[in-house]
Amino acid sequence: MKFERNKSILSNLSLRHQYYLSVAGVIVTALLCYPISFLIGYRAVALILLVAVSSAAMVFDIFPVLLAATLSALIWNFFFIPPRFTFHIGDAEDWLLFAMYFLISLLHAVLTFKIRNAENMAREKEEKVRSINLYNTILHSLSHEMRTPLSTLMGSVETLKEEDQKLTTLQKNELYGQISQSGEQLNRQVENLLNMSRIQNGMIILNKEWCDVNDLIRGVLNKLSKETKQHTILYKPNDDLPLFKLDIGLMEQVMLNLLHNSLRYTYPDSTIQIKVAVTENQGILEIEDNGGGYPEDIVQNAFAIFQRGKNAKKGGLGLGLSIAKGIVDAHQGTISINNLETGGAHCRISIPCEFSYIGNLTLEN
Amino acid sequence: MKSEILIIDDEPAIRKMLEINLEANGYKVIQADTAAQGIQLSASHQPDLILLDIGLPDQNGLDTLLHLRQWYTNPIIILSVFNQESFIIKALDTGANDYLTKPFRVGELLARIRALLKGKQTIDQKSEIMSGDLKIDLVARAVFKNNQLIKLTSTEYKLLSLLAKFEGRVLTHTNLLKEIWGVGHQLETQYLRVFIGTLRKKIEDDPNHPLHIHTESGIGYRFT
Repeated sequence: MKFERNKSILSNLSLRHQYYLSVAGVIVTALLCYPISFLIGYRAVALILLVAVSSAAMVFDIFPVLLAATLSALIWNFFFIPPRFTFHIGDAEDWLLFAMYFLISLLHAVLTFKIRNAENMAREKEEKVRSINLYNTILHSLSHEMRTPLSTLMGSVETLKEEDQKLTTLQKNELYGQISQSGEQLNRQVENLLNMSRIQNGMIILNKEWCDVNDLIRGVLNKLSKETKQHTILYKPNDDLPLFKLDIGLMEQVMLNLLHNSLRYTYPDSTIQIKVAVTENQGILEIEDNGGGYPEDIVQNAFAIFQRGKNAKKGGLGLGLSIAKGIVDAHQGTISINNLETGGAHCRISIPCEFSYIGNLTLEN
Repeated sequence: MKSEILIIDDEPAIRKMLEINLEANGYKVIQADTAAQGIQLSASHQPDLILLDIGLPDQNGLDTLLHLRQWYTNPIIILSVFNQESFIIKALDTGANDYLTKPFRVGELLARIRALLKGKQTIDQKSEIMSGDLKIDLVARAVFKNNQLIKLTSTEYKLLSLLAKFEGRVLTHTNLLKEIWGVGHQLETQYLRVFIGTLRKKIEDDPNHPLHIHTESGIGYRFT
């Protein structure tokens, strides 16, 4: 990992700096070898210099490496091969060694360069395939998940228009209900897609503000009031909580998505519990329910974009959790899900944030 | 006399829907599909209220708003597909009186229109404000809940009376902080949160399900 990072930093250097660094690398290696060359012999020095050239080949462009190869061959010849301090080479064996050294270091430079190029191309190709796959998944989910509410919408309106006389008031009201529900479903999906694209483009700019978490949760529950009618929501507002500094709009989105999941994937009459706590520098939010828990195939990979459980109900794009994660990540926090021993689903968010305990002070008499 | 509402929106379907609803609710409707036409109509008709879509093809919505505000003093409600708080706050601070994000509920829109048209007639002459179980006596600076006097600190009173004077309308954090704590304190939202909290404890039946002071998250508060 660390190596990878080094590599990208070094290979992003300008060509001029790569020349400087590779020349400097060879000279420093030669200097270090000089005092010990009397112990290890001048032939071993060639191997050490070769290591220096190979290292340069792993990170630098081809021309700085070729320069390093040539330079190191000349330095080896001049300073190490006897007679020292001449380019003259005494015996035939040394001539052969020098020629081989030169050849190997050049070959090394060229081959490493070729391998790296091939690797880059393979990586690019892989990325391209992956993005094509993602694109296809998006299109597929989109057309499927948008068409469901759209057909409900169009069908209901057509029925109301064409069969006006035959329908009872009850039936009409049901159709009206379906129309508005489908509208909301479409709206939620568009909202999620927009948020996802903001997250993917790194366009999340946090607008942190002092937030009364009780008020935030109340607002979210209000927005979901239609859907929460059949569930029991347990939330005990805690007056002793400090104010949290976070992006209120985005955290609202996180809560909405998590609660929406709980509501959607538990049976009516289930209980959903929301807990908020603070540690020294972290705000912790937990949501748990007494439903069937997350499917096993989901727990592993729940935050991947467009990931949905095998038995997931229709009408979702699988964006909810990945958006929640994107937003929590932007706050430098962590989000995790697991199944409780009792079977229900449990989600925990922990966000490092500033707190204000100003509310506990007496501001005015 | 019927109040006249000008709709400035380039989407014919939205205009039609609004027209039918507003007329059914007793308003007179005029329409424009570009900013230029809207500005022209607002000058010639002096409508009682403008519904302005912020994404018009011929001009940036905030510019249109600024332009209108050079002479038009009646309420303006922004309709927008952007739901980013920063944008909404900018629109409210540029002179919009309220906002709705598309898609919105027509019932919600009608409530906002009623609140703004009502507020327009009465804001300054009132000596008391009645709202459900609350009575605010603006002359005696006293607040009653179910006819019982409630003891409020002076900041709490200022906050409540300010919100109540603009009943049904959103007031941004900046608005409230500037009015109550003065220029230079606009960013200290933590005070605001705390005072809203203590105020709710005193005036709401259940502070956790407030009926009077509603939070517009990331934007401000609204009194009803």
